[in-house]
Amino acid sequence: MDDGRPIFLQIAESLESQILDGTLLEEEQIPSINALAAFHRINPATALKGVTMLVDAGTLYKRRGIGMFVAEGSRERLRESRRAEFRDAHIRPLAHRAQELGLTSAQLHDMITKEMNR
Amino acid sequence: MTAIVEAQGLTKRFGKVTAVNDVTFTLDEGAIHGLLGRNGAGKTTLMHVMTGQDFATEGHVRIFGESPVENAAVLGRTCFIKESQVYPDDFRGKHVLRAARWFYPHWNDALAQRLVDTFQAPLDRKMKKMSRGQRSAVGVIVALASRAELTFLDEPYAGLDAVARKHFYDLLLEDYLEHPRTFVLSTHLIDEAAPLLQRVLVIDKGELVIDADADSLRATATTLVGKASDVERFAAGREVLDRTAIGAIASVTLTGLSEQDKREAASAGLETTPVSLQELIVRRTGGAVTEEVSA
Repeated sequence: MDDGRPIFLQIAESLESQILDGTLLEEEQIPSINALAAFHRINPATALKGVTMLVDAGTLYKRRGIGMFVAEGSRERLRESRRAEFRDAHIRPLAHRAQELGLTSAQLHDMITKEMNR
Repeated sequence: MTAIVEAQGLTKRFGKVTAVNDVTFTLDEGAIHGLLGRNGAGKTTLMHVMTGQDFATEGHVRIFGESPVENAAVLGRTCFIKESQVYPDDFRGKHVLRAARWFYPHWNDALAQRLVDTFQAPLDRKMKKMSRGQRSAVGVIVALASRAELTFLDEPYAGLDAVARKHFYDLLLEDYLEHPRTFVLSTHLIDEAAPLLQRVLVIDKGELVIDADADSLRATATTLVGKASDVERFAAGREVLDRTAIGAIASVTLTGLSEQDKREAASAGLETTPVSLQELIVRRTGGAVTEEVSA
C-alpha cells in the first residue's frame, strides 16, 4: 500500500470503500488496529490514525473494550461525499478539457452516455 | 508520549571535522524511528554517541533519563546493531547468539530460533568467514530476539537480498505488534522502510534537517506538471524543491499545497503527483542522486 499519499488516508479510504461496496456492513466490527497494521505492513500508529479519522467523521464508532464498528447510515453518507469528490476530482477537469477541445455540453453528454452504455 | 532518548545541543567533532553539529531532539518511547540521510551525514556517529560508545564534544544525551556512558543499567536495556560490528577472531555465529542471550534480560530463544531458520543463518561458521548478508542476518537476529527496550539498527541489512529484507520488515512489525518497544533504524532504502516508520529524523552534513511524523511528511510535497504559466502561478510564494521545464511545459515540486490547492490545480488542467518520502528527502538533502540514495 503506497501511492505516495499519507498512508493513514489510504487506510481510511480502503475502509470506506469496503463499507461502500458492502464488504463491511453497518454495525459490523472492523479488524483490529494490529490486524490492519500486519495486513497492510504498516506502523500501527498509522493504522490508528486512519481509523481515528473515520471515528471523528462519524463513519465508525468505538465500543469500549470490544473494538470499532461501522456506524448506522455510514454507507449512504459515504456515497454522498464520494459523489461530491467525484464531481470535484473528475467532472470539473473533464468539463475543462472538453471546453479546451471545443466540445459542447450536448456533445460531451452524448459521449458519456455512449460510454456508460458500453 | 514519553521521551526515551533526549539529545540536547549534541555536537561531535573529530579534529577539524564536525560530524554532528548542535543536534537537539527526543525519541518517543514505543515508536519506530527512521534515522535517514546520505552516507557520511553523521547517522552512525550520532548512534555511537547516543549509545555511549563515543563521547559528545558538546551537549548531552540521556537514555531512560540517564547518561549512557559506562552505564551498565542503561546499556543492558539498549541493543545497538551496526554493520561495522567487529567480532573476536574465533567467534562463530552461535557464539554471538550465546553472548547476546547472556547480555539481554528479555532475550527470547524461540524467536531467535525462528529467525535463524528464516534467514538460514550458518551459526557454525566463523563470523569473519561469513558473507556480508550472513553477518547482517546474525545482527538482525540479535536485534529482534534481544527484545531490548531500545534497539538501534544501523544499516541492518547490508548484503541482504530483497526476499530477506521483506522477511526482516515482516518479522520486525510482527514482533513489535506483540511486544511494542522503541526502534531506531538507519537506512538508505527509504521507500522500502517508510511504511513501518512512525517518526523520521533526517541528518544532512551533521545537522538535523527534518524531524517529523513520517506520515504527515509524505503529504508535504507535490509535483505539478502542466503549462508553464499555470504551473508558475501555483509556485509563486511557495517553497520550490525542484523545477524543470521543456518548452512551454514545466514541472515543479512544491511544499505546502492544501487539498483545496491541489483540487484547483487539477481543475486548471495541471497534473498533480504526490512526492514519495525518499524523493522528498533526496531533494531536501542536496538533490544530486547518488547510487546510495537511489537504491
